[in-house]
Amino acid sequence: MEGGSSMNGESSTRLQLLDLIPKEREWLMMRESGGRSHHGSSEEKKLELRLGPPGGEDWSLKDNNNRERDESLLSLSYFSSMNNNKNQNNNNGYSFLQFPTSTKTTQTTPQSLPVMGKESSQPCCTKVIDLQSATTAEKKAFSSSPVPAKNTAVSNSSQKRTAPAPVVGWPPIRSFRKNLASTSASKPSTESSPNGVVVPNKSINEKPVEHIRKNMFVKINMDGVPIGRKVDLSAHHSYDKLSTAVDQLFRGLLAAQRDSSAGGMVNKQEEEKAISGLLDGSGEYTLVYEDNEGDRMLVGDVPWHMFVSTVKRLRVLKSSEVSALSLGSSKQAKIVA
Amino acid sequence: MLKRMSYSSFPEDVLEHVFSFVQSDKDRNAISLVCKSWFEIERWCRRRIFVGNCYAVSPRMVIRRFPDVRSVELKGKPHFADFNLVPEGWGGHVYPWIYAMATGYPCLEEIRLKRMVVTDETLELIAKSFKNFKVLVLSSCEGFSTHGLAAIAANCRNLRELDLRESEVEDLSGNWLSHFPDTCTSLVALNIACLGSEVSFSALERMVGRSPNLRTLRLNRAVPLDKLANLLRRAPQLVELGTGAYSSDLRPEVLSNLAGAFSGCKELKGMSGFWDVVPAYLPAIYPVCSGLTSLNLSYASVQSPDLIKLVSQCLNLQRLWILDYIEDSGLEALAASCKDLQELRVFPSEPFGVEPNVSLTEQGLVCVSEGCPKLESVLYFCRRFSNDALVTIARNRPNMIRFRLCIIEPQTPDYLTHQPLDTGFGAIVEHCKDLRRLSLSGLLTDRVFEYIGTYAKKLEMLSVAFAGETDLGLHHVLSGCESLRKLEIRDCPFGDKALLANAAKLETMRSLWMSSCSVSLEACKLLGQKMPRLNVEVIDERGPLDSMPESFPVEKLYIYRSVAGPRFDMPGFVWNMDEDSALRLS
Repeated sequence: MEGGSSMNGESSTRLQLLDLIPKEREWLMMRESGGRSHHGSSEEKKLELRLGPPGGEDWSLKDNNNRERDESLLSLSYFSSMNNNKNQNNNNGYSFLQFPTSTKTTQTTPQSLPVMGKESSQPCCTKVIDLQSATTAEKKAFSSSPVPAKNTAVSNSSQKRTAPAPVVGWPPIRSFRKNLASTSASKPSTESSPNGVVVPNKSINEKPVEHIRKNMFVKINMDGVPIGRKVDLSAHHSYDKLSTAVDQLFRGLLAAQRDSSAGGMVNKQEEEKAISGLLDGSGEYTLVYEDNEGDRMLVGDVPWHMFVSTVKRLRVLKSSEVSALSLGSSKQAKIVA
Repeated sequence: MLKRMSYSSFPEDVLEHVFSFVQSDKDRNAISLVCKSWFEIERWCRRRIFVGNCYAVSPRMVIRRFPDVRSVELKGKPHFADFNLVPEGWGGHVYPWIYAMATGYPCLEEIRLKRMVVTDETLELIAKSFKNFKVLVLSSCEGFSTHGLAAIAANCRNLRELDLRESEVEDLSGNWLSHFPDTCTSLVALNIACLGSEVSFSALERMVGRSPNLRTLRLNRAVPLDKLANLLRRAPQLVELGTGAYSSDLRPEVLSNLAGAFSGCKELKGMSGFWDVVPAYLPAIYPVCSGLTSLNLSYASVQSPDLIKLVSQCLNLQRLWILDYIEDSGLEALAASCKDLQELRVFPSEPFGVEPNVSLTEQGLVCVSEGCPKLESVLYFCRRFSNDALVTIARNRPNMIRFRLCIIEPQTPDYLTHQPLDTGFGAIVEHCKDLRRLSLSGLLTDRVFEYIGTYAKKLEMLSVAFAGETDLGLHHVLSGCESLRKLEIRDCPFGDKALLANAAKLETMRSLWMSSCSVSLEACKLLGQKMPRLNVEVIDERGPLDSMPESFPVEKLYIYRSVAGPRFDMPGFVWNMDEDSALRLS
């Protein structure tokens, strides 16, 4: 299988490695003998080290009949037989993953492991949605560019980026530092002339800007999605951009949520419909926020910079529930659309 | 046998007294393994404990074994939480610990927490439970507000240290500071640099004025520069100072006033802050520069010429954190002036920009490695590197202990030869025999992991991203790095085989993080069942695990050893792969 091509001919190390990976028959015997590991005895330790995965044959190259081995493994232990049932019962679960083959034949999945290894070297968001294209690109994907096409990705919180690095958490800079650094560092101070005279308008100009940008990351939650996100307001300079970002943040999650609860197979276009009309109340969802005084307000009613300077957290509510809520209307005469 | 008798012939009191001189956790642990009576004596006189993972042991077990602890340090979330890789709500709650300790350790004096979720309720419990409470350090913590801080301020009469470094505090009011009673004069350190809103300045001034032992004061950005001089005059004994915003309107008296105040601070050794810095005010600190050993300019966006002027006066500098505005030329000046430099961190000013905005390359670091013989700790963000440079650095500084290099674009090859950076990092691990921490970046094949496994025998923490080719890479590390305690990997094609083949190794480590790798759900289950003392947690936000094929790679995997069993506070997107859950899932 994949072994020969990818090992780069490092035969010495490979041999060393082979010793550790047994045929899984040994491993199974260990399990059968009630082998919850006892770390005291060296015998057990040896066995522990030899713990090998099913489908590990491609390392030992002793048996090409993968499928048979997998099945023998599955049939042996109690959990795996249940597991088979489960797989059949839960075919629908795959649909949101867009896994091209899995819905039909669960049994082929073990063999596709090596391929998937390549795919998953890319950011996880991609592999969720775009397995198909990842497969075609699989060979090159890893060695050439780690930054795959981002437009298809669910993109966890990659909206934080301002530039084309769609990978969450890369480069590894604390969000804490991002908040502080990007506020002050965006424009290095060059205003001092060589003789040390301060240009006066510097601090005057900077004050409001700084105020707006102080808390760039705000938490955002959506009705029906258990997982919260953070959104970087400084990366979005208008309500429209923010609304697009919210759509991108939650579209995939919402689809996944729907799918797993509904249990039906829905095709991609249908389940992944855009979250629109967030700002004018025309859509299924409406974006609201909690301001610095703890009042809940509709997003979009005040000028953007005022919004940025007062927003504490965001929430995407079902529009049907918005009207039932009393928003902080006393202050700025909010009107529920 | 003889020996044992001679041990026990010491009276317990004598042994206890001897043990009290042993400070290091490692040595205390070793003592407790000598014999039963040593174990007993040691556990009764252990005063401080460190728990590197709050889920590795339960508070009940700790309190049972060590009945009289005064100082507790706990860590919660995985390190990658710093970079947003751990979903919100993952856990790391400190409340169960505080709740247990409130009755178990009424004499507790110090709590130090890192990456934990701390609620206001927790802070209130701390404030009212420990009568002689002295030190609260919350490092990269979250979940609390200034209300909780007010409770601490109001109730902890002997508080010596309140340090909120890099915590995410909900800033409801700057008024909390005025809850410190006027009788509170014990403060030694106050760090509020992470707070966003203005604190009550008069309260701050009074607090500083009545704290004769105050050594560390780190202000937040909302404290304006023209207030700084007043504070400094009240506390000329300060050793560490974090300024607020370092800018002001054009007023000559601000500068002269500030310079005067600084020159009164003869003890000053560390400085940080400098938000919104106006370079024209930097000369105010020139009088104290020669005394400084630590300087954090990583929030100061100042151009290279001003930085050079400043840094080249800090002749005794040991630690420098700075933005890449310093550029290669500035690092060259640093190498020429600061011969005691031990730690250098260079952060990117525009990490997400496509094109470099400054002239900072591998040359800067090469210069520092040549000029600063004590350099042993490096964090360096830049956009290009070469094997040659890495080899030179390794040869120059075999004393390196921490080496973290981040080439911003993933999988960037050697810019000269277009080869992977394997040999360069290989040279680092080969020459730096005492290397304890390493972060890799750039284009890397399995070969670099072979070097690491072969040479990095003292490596304790390794961070890997976008590297390697096959399971062999991970296998080299797990089988070769005998001191490895923490391993964090993202976006690497490492999977089941390497993990399962080295299952026993995982019990010797504190934790393993793997995200966007190739570990299958099935392998996670096997690992969880076979290794009952490991908590194997799959974090997957895509939906219920039972809807996924067994062979599907899990999104995120966090494995840690624990004597407490599975944790009880897992959110819906975390699954523990113990036997029960395996049954449930499959």
